[in-house]
Amino acid sequence: MEELNKNNVQSTEDTEAPLDKNVRLMSPTRMVVRRFFRSKLSILGLIMVIGLFLFSFVGPLIYTEWGETELDRSGTVEYAFAETTYTVNGVEYTVRQTIETNLTDNFLAPPSDEHILGTDDQGYDIFVRLMYGGRISLTVSFLAVFVITLFGTVLGGVAGYFGGFIDNLIMRVCDVLICLPGIPILLIISTILTASDIDAKYRIYLLMIYLTLFSWPGTARLVRGQILSLREQEYMVAAEAMGYSTSRKIFKHLVPNVMPQLIVQMSLSLGSMILYEATLSYLGLGVQAPYAAWGTMINIISTNNDILQNHWNVWVPAGVCIVIAVLGLNFVGDGLRDALDPKARR
Amino acid sequence: MAKENEINKSTSEYILEVENLRKCFPLKKTITGKVTSELVAVDGVSFKLKAGETLGIVGESGCGKTTMGRTILKLHQPNGGRIVFDGKDITDLKPSQMRELRRQMQIIFQDPYSSLPPRSTVGGILSEPVSVHKIVPKEQIKDYVLELMDKCGLRDYYYERYPHEFSGGQRQRICIARALSVNPKLVVCDEPVSALDVSIQAQIINLLKKLQQDMNLTYLFISHDLSVVKFISDKIGVMYLGQIVEYGDKKDIFSKPLHPYTKALFSAIPYPDPAVKMNRIVLKGDIPSPANPPKGCRFHTRCPYAKPICSEVTPEYKEHEKGHFAACHLIEE
Repeated sequence: MEELNKNNVQSTEDTEAPLDKNVRLMSPTRMVVRRFFRSKLSILGLIMVIGLFLFSFVGPLIYTEWGETELDRSGTVEYAFAETTYTVNGVEYTVRQTIETNLTDNFLAPPSDEHILGTDDQGYDIFVRLMYGGRISLTVSFLAVFVITLFGTVLGGVAGYFGGFIDNLIMRVCDVLICLPGIPILLIISTILTASDIDAKYRIYLLMIYLTLFSWPGTARLVRGQILSLREQEYMVAAEAMGYSTSRKIFKHLVPNVMPQLIVQMSLSLGSMILYEATLSYLGLGVQAPYAAWGTMINIISTNNDILQNHWNVWVPAGVCIVIAVLGLNFVGDGLRDALDPKARR
Repeated sequence: MAKENEINKSTSEYILEVENLRKCFPLKKTITGKVTSELVAVDGVSFKLKAGETLGIVGESGCGKTTMGRTILKLHQPNGGRIVFDGKDITDLKPSQMRELRRQMQIIFQDPYSSLPPRSTVGGILSEPVSVHKIVPKEQIKDYVLELMDKCGLRDYYYERYPHEFSGGQRQRICIARALSVNPKLVVCDEPVSALDVSIQAQIINLLKKLQQDMNLTYLFISHDLSVVKFISDKIGVMYLGQIVEYGDKKDIFSKPLHPYTKALFSAIPYPDPAVKMNRIVLKGDIPSPANPPKGCRFHTRCPYAKPICSEVTPEYKEHEKGHFAACHLIEE
């Protein structure tokens, strides 16, 4: 048996081929970036999103002709002609009148040099309001997604890591929140907000706070599921054996490994938040005149059939912006999901 | 009585003393949380280990070797018995109290692929424990880690690389370097070479042996590969169904195995010569479920020499020769 030993365990030299010093495999992050940019659709999505950002945040700084709540008071004079016909003693008289109306606001102007996309029914410049509306939509949805992710990560992480009673508690709260119907409650809250006369400008933020309170369970479930599987990995046992603190284990070892899924979730929920914001504003619950939001701008058509049919320049641009934002963010999200998938080795 | 005295006065001599260690996992619980059935993975294991020695634990799959190793490190909370590490009873220490002691006891895992965090570089993996436990001042960490990597046979330009760039053997070297980065006294090696191919196994075993001499380490070496255990160990413990059935010096155990299970295990060691006729003792059946262990001697269901007494009375685990323990009714006869 001694001989067996020698046969088995004697070669002392390091025969394992060392890695080449100059040939390097890419770091995980670089690999993801490369795979992301390999997809044309994700590049398109990125361009769309970045374009909208520049349009909304840099645009108003460059194009300063009109402000968000600045009415065009150039006042066109409108002439109306009226003909009245009446008969006196068998002779027919026709009276032609010219009625001159002096309008103070230049409303529903067609696109021109002065107003790139024309003006709406109040006389506001549509192009400028598109930019300011983008600011609101993007800011609100980014804030909401940030808060949702923060809540979801912390609560989901805690639930997944500790398990047991805490896990049960948090997950049951999630279930309840997911069950509640969103829009009816939104309507109620909105009515309360109207009654308690809060500045219209801040209403949308209050509504978004409500939205975040109802949307974090999705992220929490995702994070919890990931952490449940990750915490059984041997490197987590190794971290335990190293005597790392609990917060270090959760936030330095577990959460970074959930990041891929989180980033995808974030980019996809950004799109849905923009839609939510537009819906709220359209229903008249969110941003309200004189402040601009994409949803509010579309809302104009709900009371005025003439604008819907004859003045496309008033409401179509806002719709296009919403489509670009949601589509772009979804393209980016899909691209990230493919790029971050560890099984795809292309 | 004499035995107890020995334990008390010899706290400095032994780095690790394990007494009657038990670890159970609940299988079924009632709604109120009362455990109605449980799986006893480790059932009354006792041994003592001197500093600088290597204890090899062998046994077939599912006999509780890994659970025992992890319970000794308090990665599982034991359900009974006592663990004395370096003269200090650590059985009932809270996780927060264990944190300081962790740097003195480390573990190397079986699977070098899942035991390294995929998103840190080698440098990050190795310097994190050093900075958390403040082994060296901040500005010396990198030099310290590079020196450690050199000791473990890793090249210095591996520092910036990610675990997925390495082969199994190199990854296991990283795991060893990580375990040793905090200057531990005791290292539990949980089948560190069973995931590697034979030529790499030899290198890793030799590395472990060299590091043991350099750093005066104590190993608890868990394996099912008898030739590996024979090469590295000073003492050997044979485990069956959560219990140590035989324990003693490597020499004694290999030259004169007492327990029938040990004999059967040793007869299964392959000998690299087709001309040699092997007298294998083939055990019938599978290892019984630890959730429902047999009565009496746990091995009696598969033992070729089993007597009626074996299925009735649990054999006592006692010293048959000096330093050579075994639990079997048939040894005296």
